[in-house]
Amino acid sequence: MTAPIPAVRFRGVARHYGSVRAVDGVDLDIAPGEFFAMLGPSGSGKTTCLRLIAGFDQPTAGHIEIFGEAVEGVPAYRRPVNTVFQDYALFPHMSVLENVCYGLMVRGLARNKRETLGRDALDMVKLAGMAGRKPGELSGGQRQRVALARALVVRPKVLLLDEPLGALDLKLREEMQSELKQLQRALGLSFVFVTHDQGEALSMADRVAVFCDGRIMQVGLPEDIYARPSTRFVASFVGSSNVIEAAAVAKWLGKARVASLKAEKISLLGKNEAAPDAAIVVEGAVAQSLYQGPVKRIELVLDDGTRLVAAVPSDATACPEQGARVRASFPRTALHLMEDA
Amino acid sequence: MTAEPLSISEPRDGWLRRASDVLMRRQGLYLLLLLVPPLLWLGIVYLGSLFALLAESFFAIDEFSGVIVREPTLKTYGDLLQPANLDIIIRTVSVAAIVTVLAALLAFPIAYYAARYARGRTKALFYLAVMMPLWSSYLVKVYAWKLLLAKEGAIGWFMERLGAAPLLDAFLAIPTIGGPSLSVSYAGMVLVFLYLWLPFMVLPIQAALERVPASLIEASGDLGATPGQTFRSVILPLAFPGVIAGSIFTFSLTLGDYIVPQIVGPSSLILGQVVYAQQGLAGNMPLAAAFSVVPVVIMAVFLTAAKRMGAFDAL
Repeated sequence: MTAPIPAVRFRGVARHYGSVRAVDGVDLDIAPGEFFAMLGPSGSGKTTCLRLIAGFDQPTAGHIEIFGEAVEGVPAYRRPVNTVFQDYALFPHMSVLENVCYGLMVRGLARNKRETLGRDALDMVKLAGMAGRKPGELSGGQRQRVALARALVVRPKVLLLDEPLGALDLKLREEMQSELKQLQRALGLSFVFVTHDQGEALSMADRVAVFCDGRIMQVGLPEDIYARPSTRFVASFVGSSNVIEAAAVAKWLGKARVASLKAEKISLLGKNEAAPDAAIVVEGAVAQSLYQGPVKRIELVLDDGTRLVAAVPSDATACPEQGARVRASFPRTALHLMEDA
Repeated sequence: MTAEPLSISEPRDGWLRRASDVLMRRQGLYLLLLLVPPLLWLGIVYLGSLFALLAESFFAIDEFSGVIVREPTLKTYGDLLQPANLDIIIRTVSVAAIVTVLAALLAFPIAYYAARYARGRTKALFYLAVMMPLWSSYLVKVYAWKLLLAKEGAIGWFMERLGAAPLLDAFLAIPTIGGPSLSVSYAGMVLVFLYLWLPFMVLPIQAALERVPASLIEASGDLGATPGQTFRSVILPLAFPGVIAGSIFTFSLTLGDYIVPQIVGPSSLILGQVVYAQQGLAGNMPLAAAFSVVPVVIMAVFLTAAKRMGAFDAL
């Protein structure tokens, strides 16, 4: 994506705490109106990047711009961005409406005016009847909506979301995912979303950046990140990919490079079943078989010691027992070559 | 593999274990055992003496014989409301209020630093620094202050050395607050109270601030509030229960104290001294009791007002 002025731009941004390199040389362009996910395990620097955008933390090196304006030294309260916090950070001594109106109140908006806007915002997140409650009287999902309304009512140019769905149960989380996506489309805002849940990142984001040890490993469309991981780390963190060592790949493709192989690309062959054309056929023993609802995860140990995980439909007829010898095949094109990092 | 069988025997079935079982099954019994000793103490020793005091205040002393007449009367409260006694009450409440306000102002930054910035060793040092004055005898500290504040004392000497003696004289010349020297002025008395009660103000405020998550302060700034606005709208309201708790300590401790005003401050009496004098030398227990009821009433009024102001909403 190449917009003339990115909503957020990082150039060589680093944040070191003593000898700990929380963020280490990050370059990033987030387009206006983009839903951008920062994905990574805990301690990978994604939350620190979010805090650098919000202004809660200052970079030790590098340059950050928000809509073309350098924000070095600009405190959080003068930045055109707002945050939905992981713990929601609602003010416990204020009512829901007062919470939502807080940003308008500190900007000196008259009471009746800000309460009108606040009620509109509560309508938007479907909490119209809760205006008078205290945050302590709300459920987790409701609190999160209040946090969302409170951040959006002040019309930020970029909305930052720090693992906002982490504390919700599965059903509510799926509901909020689609709602957030709809809201983002309707408002046309840039959303920067931090998560450690790859499913969430892939399903919601327009683009995903995968973080590891303070660096960005790969940025791209969800399909690219999922299907064509560029490094060993991305392949193992995003989705259920097998990482195949260079020695095995050399045998199959004649190139000594590390490759990724999606579990769902591997199929098990029946006793006398012929493999499709241009497929690689391997043989090994079943080490473990786990039922996972729609699919069965079958762990194979090939004769050369390579471990492969295959995801086969649970209703497939050929479902070998543990210890059984099987033949498996996958298309040559399913092997995706990567950097060894 | 031959696994060595682990020999973990069942816990032995003694009477202690059976007693524990009974307590686990019957939570009511458990709570009863837990609460009876402190409730006995609170009920008999504390509330009992408070009610005895209250009852005593409704008796009166026979002015000729000096004998307490054990008949309910409001005569003692009539005596209490005489102008001279009202003066004492107003003076005491004023001193207590000033001490409380100054203690809150002085304690807040210390507590704020300790709660938000101090970590590890610095925090241990903070607790040590705040608590250390409580380790030494109260009397020693008060007499030490008397020496510091006396006309020829350390403070006066120091001010003279700095060439600031006229400043001290000008301060002492202020009516009511000042006096011949710091040690016989209200300013001196307030200073000593402030020193004595400061830990009781710092610790509750620090505990309240400690419970304010950092994310709330960040959220306030994120929504556009300047640090000043954040302080007024988020930090202060959430710390207010702590300030009130500290105020209860400093206010009631000042109201009841009778030793500091004997040693430091002007000759006019403070409530605690009057209670001391009435129950001792004068032998007028009912009037002493009536005087002691005053702080109770004042604290009740203070707490009701604080509740009305919403000081406990954040609890």
